[in-house]
Amino acid sequence: MAKITFDGIEVEIPDGTTILNAARKIGGDVVPPAMCYYTPLKGSGGKCRACLVKVTAGSAKDPRPMPKLVASCVTPVQDGMVVENTLSPQVLEARKGVVEMLLINHPLDCPVCDQAGECDLQNFSYEHGTSATRYEEDRRTFEKQDIGPLIQLHMNRCILCYRCVYTADQLTNKRVHGVLGRGDASEIGTYIENVIDNEFSGNVIDVCPVGALTDKTFRFKNRVWFTKPLDAHRDCPKCAGKVILWTRGSDVLRVTARKNEYGEVVDFICNECRFEKKEMNDWTVEGPRHIARASVISANHYELPVLNPQLIPDLPQSTVDELNNFPRPFIS
Amino acid sequence: MDNTTITNDIQFSDAAMAEIQRYISHYPPDRKKSAILPVLHIAQAEFGGWVSAEVQDKVAEILGITPIEVYEVATFYTMFNLKPVGKHVLEVCRTGPCMLRGADQLIEHLEHQLGCKVGGTSADGMFTLKTVECLAACGMGPMLQIREKYYENLDPDSTDKLLDDLRKE
Amino acid sequence: MGRKILTEHINVPDIHTLAVYRKMGGYRSVEKALKTMTSEEVVEEVKKSGLRGRGGAGFPTGMKWSFLAKPEGKPRYLVCNADESEPGTFKDRVLMEKIPHALIEGMITSSYALGARTSYIYIRGELMFVLRILEKAIAEAYAAGFLGENILGSGYSLDLHVHPGGGAYICGEETALLESLEGKRGNPRNKPPFPAVQGLYACPTVVNNVESIASVPWIVNNTGEEYAKIGVGRSTGTKLISAGGHLNKPGVYEIELGLPVEEFLFSDEYCGGIWKGRQFKAVVAGGSSVPILPAHLFLKTAEGVPRVMTYESLSEGGFVSGTMLGSGGFIAMDDTTCIVRNTWNFARFYHHESCGQCSPCREGTGWMEKILHRIEHGHGHMHDIDLLVNVSKQIEGNTICPLGDAAAWPVASAVRHFREEFEWHVKHPGAATQPGAVYRGAEEAALV
Repeated sequence: MAKITFDGIEVEIPDGTTILNAARKIGGDVVPPAMCYYTPLKGSGGKCRACLVKVTAGSAKDPRPMPKLVASCVTPVQDGMVVENTLSPQVLEARKGVVEMLLINHPLDCPVCDQAGECDLQNFSYEHGTSATRYEEDRRTFEKQDIGPLIQLHMNRCILCYRCVYTADQLTNKRVHGVLGRGDASEIGTYIENVIDNEFSGNVIDVCPVGALTDKTFRFKNRVWFTKPLDAHRDCPKCAGKVILWTRGSDVLRVTARKNEYGEVVDFICNECRFEKKEMNDWTVEGPRHIARASVISANHYELPVLNPQLIPDLPQSTVDELNNFPRPFIS
Repeated sequence: MDNTTITNDIQFSDAAMAEIQRYISHYPPDRKKSAILPVLHIAQAEFGGWVSAEVQDKVAEILGITPIEVYEVATFYTMFNLKPVGKHVLEVCRTGPCMLRGADQLIEHLEHQLGCKVGGTSADGMFTLKTVECLAACGMGPMLQIREKYYENLDPDSTDKLLDDLRKE
Repeated sequence: MGRKILTEHINVPDIHTLAVYRKMGGYRSVEKALKTMTSEEVVEEVKKSGLRGRGGAGFPTGMKWSFLAKPEGKPRYLVCNADESEPGTFKDRVLMEKIPHALIEGMITSSYALGARTSYIYIRGELMFVLRILEKAIAEAYAAGFLGENILGSGYSLDLHVHPGGGAYICGEETALLESLEGKRGNPRNKPPFPAVQGLYACPTVVNNVESIASVPWIVNNTGEEYAKIGVGRSTGTKLISAGGHLNKPGVYEIELGLPVEEFLFSDEYCGGIWKGRQFKAVVAGGSSVPILPAHLFLKTAEGVPRVMTYESLSEGGFVSGTMLGSGGFIAMDDTTCIVRNTWNFARFYHHESCGQCSPCREGTGWMEKILHRIEHGHGHMHDIDLLVNVSKQIEGNTICPLGDAAAWPVASAVRHFREEFEWHVKHPGAATQPGAVYRGAEEAALV
């Protein structure tokens, strides 16, 4: 066991645990955000840099601080380690930078995106970003691509977290999609328009933190916050059959896997459950699903406008300061 | 569709296959995938200076891996041409040290002489003009690479002579 | 004349052949190490030599070797990093091209020290002609019994292979190199675990630069103590410097560490001064990723102390007024050089070479390039200059591997030392975008 201090809170965890999972054991507001790390997927993490933290003491044996911020999702704890997350201005500043980087090539069109309301990037940028962009270059764009009849890939929204690649590698025996190209020209793709086609392919939709991979059977049917989530199950020969039904009245609009509070799938589900069982009587309903939504929308914060601060009376002083600190006007 | 067992008409020559087997023997038997870059180089030389999807599928088959694993690699490394190219591919270094010694002028000169822009192929199909990043010839710039050969300390005259020689080949 | 350790025989005809290389004393270190020394003793000599990694980071080689884990039942690997791609650096290529056996001898002695039974030389794919030279030399070494089973009857066996890359600067980063050697995209790994514990095929691995490995035979032959006598302080031994840019005599020079920079730059024995009789404006002293310095801060520190070619002297003043020796990629610039254009060119390089795995580097390198492109082409704003520095800060230190830092430093340092030139580009876009336009100080700029 190792004892570490995270944001001033002591916690004891097994050796080899990552800093992020140590923080998750504490829970609440101190937990760093994670856009690419995904507990069920081996090898994930380290890429988005959202979870950077400051290690002010490496271990009891060697209490020197680590020279750079570290990705908490892939850095194992050492006994006596002292970590700062929300307490460190350097961490918060770096995180602001990560949000900005993730957004410079991401379309800022949440209102028309199917992922809105359950988008990790939306939440991340709301909590850690700034309310305007300093990016004035052209954005990278791609055509939407159907990868089979059930899944749509909209590469513009992809943040290259690699989760869908790991999912295909670890859940299916034949991965046909992957990351092609290099640098900011990297894209998720199949290269020769292969169809992603196997019984568990739909899980790439659930693991996608943004609206890059969406369920074609649900696209534009409804906004997620108008739907009512229900826990349900069925006897499925292929998977655990434990799902969430997203319903409107008695219509099942969408079926997804169940996720924990960190947005991670608890039991991956098969395509039959996800795409073919869209009748209420296909399922045994257990009851309403509690969604631990840290969502921008459910927190009712979506009215915060990205506009010239002078036009809106009664903005909190902190917001006015933030908006005024930008080097150029928001409306020209 | 089963994507791992695509077979196609791509056939390597015996000499190329022998070279491929020699590379594969360099790595542990369960690590054949390690040979992917050398095999792609051999494939590119074998099939007209570029690697088509079919060629990449064949590479996957030889190495016992899935096609996507080859696509991922072939699109990452810049030496592999994914589209047909001219008979000679001129790869001009455009990075700092070469630029200081006249790479921009060399590129302009080549565009003019070949009648095509960077990324294009001359009308006669002889030359494809590419720019590349640093080739470790910084003291000998401006320079360009054609297949396995470096041509260094180029000026307009020596460049023109090089083009003439290549046309005659 | 400084002492030559690596390049003493570089001009001997046919030195690339085993016969001539042997005649010049080659492969003595293999005989000495394998027959008279334990592997620990070889490691000890390298530690004593103070040899520091010649790839750029300057980490002590002996210490790196001593970190190598030695678990039972797992092979260990030595991988030579011959992916020389840092703009300004071409020393390893010249060494391998001219004296391939120097590297092969070093690989055998070093592999013996580390207990590796299979070793690889990962060479950048563009240098296929050098790969052919190395493979020929390796075949000679096998035939002469320096490689293969039971080398020289010592009981030690080693296989050595050359592996070509495919065109990716990032594979010079050691974990990206290992990924690439495993046949994958060159995405750097998260650390820990470090290669010394989990490297190639998840086995303990040491990755060393060509020049570092080629220095080992001399150390074994002459002892680490003797090696440490060359050079100054913690900068021991000799260093290959790739000299390029606006020089009368560009080329690869072996210097004793501690050589005054002024002598290196201006004496006829080395670079022979700035070409075409022009003035010396600026230099990138250690490969494109290290901070650029204006001439006066390169020749003397901010305190007025003349600099010498050592790791310590070049970094005197930190990043405020100093730079780094890095890989020894020396790029001199004369007074007709446009710093903005040069910085844009470097930014374009790092943008092109970013693997795209982690967000600050993937997005930030492209952003910096675009801003610099605008400034260079007459579409910049004043606030772009601070934005550039700020974006570089958002990348620096926050990425998986050092490519982020390497991309950030040239940009930040160019603005730090040549801000006026950037401002001139913004204020006078018409003049700045004329072909060959260059800023020559406030007075001339005012005339525009």
